Amino acid sequence: MVAEKTRLLNMVQAINEALDLALSRDGRVLVFGEDVGRLGGVFRVTEGLQAKHGESRVFDTPLAESGILGMAIGLAMGGMRPVAEIQFAGFLYPALDQILSHLGRWRHRSRGRVGLPVVVRAPYGGGVHTPEQHADSPEAILAHAPGVKVVIPSSPERAKGLLLSAIEDEDPVFFLEAIKLYRSARAPVPEGYYTLPLGKARVVRQGKAATLIGYGGMVEVMLEAAEVAAREGVEVMVVDLETLVPLDEDTLLEAVRETGRAVVVYEAMRTGGFGAEVAARIAEGAIDHLEAPVLRVAGYDAPYPPFSAIEDLYRPNARRVLAALRKVLTY
Amino acid sequence: MKLKPVAYLEKGEFPLEEGEALRLYRAMRRARFFDEKAVTLQRQGRLGVYPPFMGQEAAQVGVALALGEGDWVVPSYRESAMLLARGLPIHVLILYWRAHPAGWGFPEGVRVVNPYIPIATQIPQAVGLALAGRYRGEDWVVATSIGDGGTSEGDFHEGLNFAAVFQAPVVFLVQNNGYAISVPRAKQMRVDYIARRAEGYGMPGVVVDGNDAFAVYLEAKKAVERARRGEGPTLLEALTYRLAPHTTSDDPTRYRTREEEEAWRRKDPILRLRKALEERGLWDEERERALLEELEEEFARELALADQAPEPRPEEIVEHVYKEMGPDQRRAYEALRRGLHVEEAW
Ligand SMILES: Cc1ncc(C[n+]2csc(CCOP(=O)(O)OP(=O)(O)O)c2C)c(N)n1
Repeated sequence: MVAEKTRLLNMVQAINEALDLALSRDGRVLVFGEDVGRLGGVFRVTEGLQAKHGESRVFDTPLAESGILGMAIGLAMGGMRPVAEIQFAGFLYPALDQILSHLGRWRHRSRGRVGLPVVVRAPYGGGVHTPEQHADSPEAILAHAPGVKVVIPSSPERAKGLLLSAIEDEDPVFFLEAIKLYRSARAPVPEGYYTLPLGKARVVRQGKAATLIGYGGMVEVMLEAAEVAAREGVEVMVVDLETLVPLDEDTLLEAVRETGRAVVVYEAMRTGGFGAEVAARIAEGAIDHLEAPVLRVAGYDAPYPPFSAIEDLYRPNARRVLAALRKVLTY
Repeated sequence: MKLKPVAYLEKGEFPLEEGEALRLYRAMRRARFFDEKAVTLQRQGRLGVYPPFMGQEAAQVGVALALGEGDWVVPSYRESAMLLARGLPIHVLILYWRAHPAGWGFPEGVRVVNPYIPIATQIPQAVGLALAGRYRGEDWVVATSIGDGGTSEGDFHEGLNFAAVFQAPVVFLVQNNGYAISVPRAKQMRVDYIARRAEGYGMPGVVVDGNDAFAVYLEAKKAVERARRGEGPTLLEALTYRLAPHTTSDDPTRYRTREEEEAWRRKDPILRLRKALEERGLWDEERERALLEELEEEFARELALADQAPEPRPEEIVEHVYKEMGPDQRRAYEALRRGLHVEEAW
């Protein structure tokens, strides 16, 4: 990453800029989905793109997720680079057949001949009091689909560079954007075109006492917890996985080996969530270094609650992370 | 709206040039030959489960031959006849039905896509592929095929709607063979003709006698030309019947009668076309024998080619999952290459 000039942008603006740059740079890139054209998306992520790039490059589709994914697959087969938006990740379910049966299989099924450079963007996760389904975190379902990649950025600067990488990637990438982060903060974002590598985890805070591991909307929660712990003299490491598939196991294990204690944080349902995969990897690769069991802080084994105040009980917060930290530190 | 199946043969009409008619016949006969051989191979344990298309040759070959060279076929599992008519080599098709990796990715230069096993999922993809041609400034048309049962799936409806909204150059062939495995059409839907649905999406719907190669071919040509002129998709319903079981593991005597099968056997699309050709002096027993000999030789050659395909290597399991292997595939690849399972090597 070389660009020196930065501006303060929120995540929506940063992603919009990435899409704009991709559309300008490569005539094969198409942006489409429900309401992405004239309206600019329900979160305004695609605002202004249709006016600038025209209705054939940026367009509204009928309201049909399987149709959107299926069409994206066909477009990619025919040599285009579709960037489809699914309005909320919780509405990916009608398209799961296209994802599990086809999107991730085509390269393997064609013995490498047909790769599908499809990007599917979808807002996910809670924290903003949305109706039912709108706060779902289906990343584990996607991570379980062979042949696709799953990327979840945690800041505007990361989102822009990772999305440009996802669009350049020759394989299908799910790009999940935490709704909570869309407008919550502005941060310096480099100008111009730059990419950040997929498949790399990042240590976003150093510390020797324990390792917190998470991604997307949970990174700020982990950092908040780390901040509180630091005030009590406990320095914990925070790892942002950023790409769930392919998982950067090396960085993950190294971070755990350094501290001997780990807490995995994710806002999806606890059972079978991606944090379970992380915990298993740690057990397989770093058991000799562990001083305590790996704990998970996650959603409950229940649907994510809509609207109400109990949402804040479901979604992990710094307090819950601190409680888990205390447990692994005193084990 | 009153729909009436387009038909020529039963009225004794001969609307094609002789060369075209002969081309149709040869392709249909060749497809039937393959189908019979495939069933035999399956019985010998030399092919996996195989879905025969016997009886549906006119519908499949009629559409396949109506396409131009640059056009695509996006098929379902029963469309082996379409693939053959498009030029897919027989040995590749055999390998595909052997589930051999060498048959998975169809060869360059033949614009056909692998058969789709999940029902109806190919429909929206065919639309996307058609639109890609438009973006690239190519005028390729996509023909995609589905059974009567498949039209109940959501993807059928989503795909047709998308095609109409975007005016995609697609020909949707419905091979209405009356059954989805055992479920008869009458328990699948409450419309008389599936083509009637076209109006609801905003595209032309056409019904043809699907055992009449002339009818399928001529209506498919019209649909292809319409698509190429930029006038959008067409829903083409071919009324037909599979004379064989659903797959080599199916027993159709459990859900349909011998009388029904016999009645359809009399409408065998190959016999019908042959009769029309014979009446015009274009075909006879001798030519038939010569053709069969030719097909026998070709098949033997192709089968030998298929039999020579090397056994899949264990590490192929994790090849081509991504353009570049991720760390998990690489670890498994190294283990498999050394003859180990991944946890043994770990
Ligand atoms: C999504 C899905 N559901 C179920 C099946 C199992 N299945 C295979 S073929 C078939 C019947 C299809 O009938 P139809 O669409 O009429 O086509 P035909 O087999 O008659 O050509 C079923 C239910 C499947 N392959 N995919």
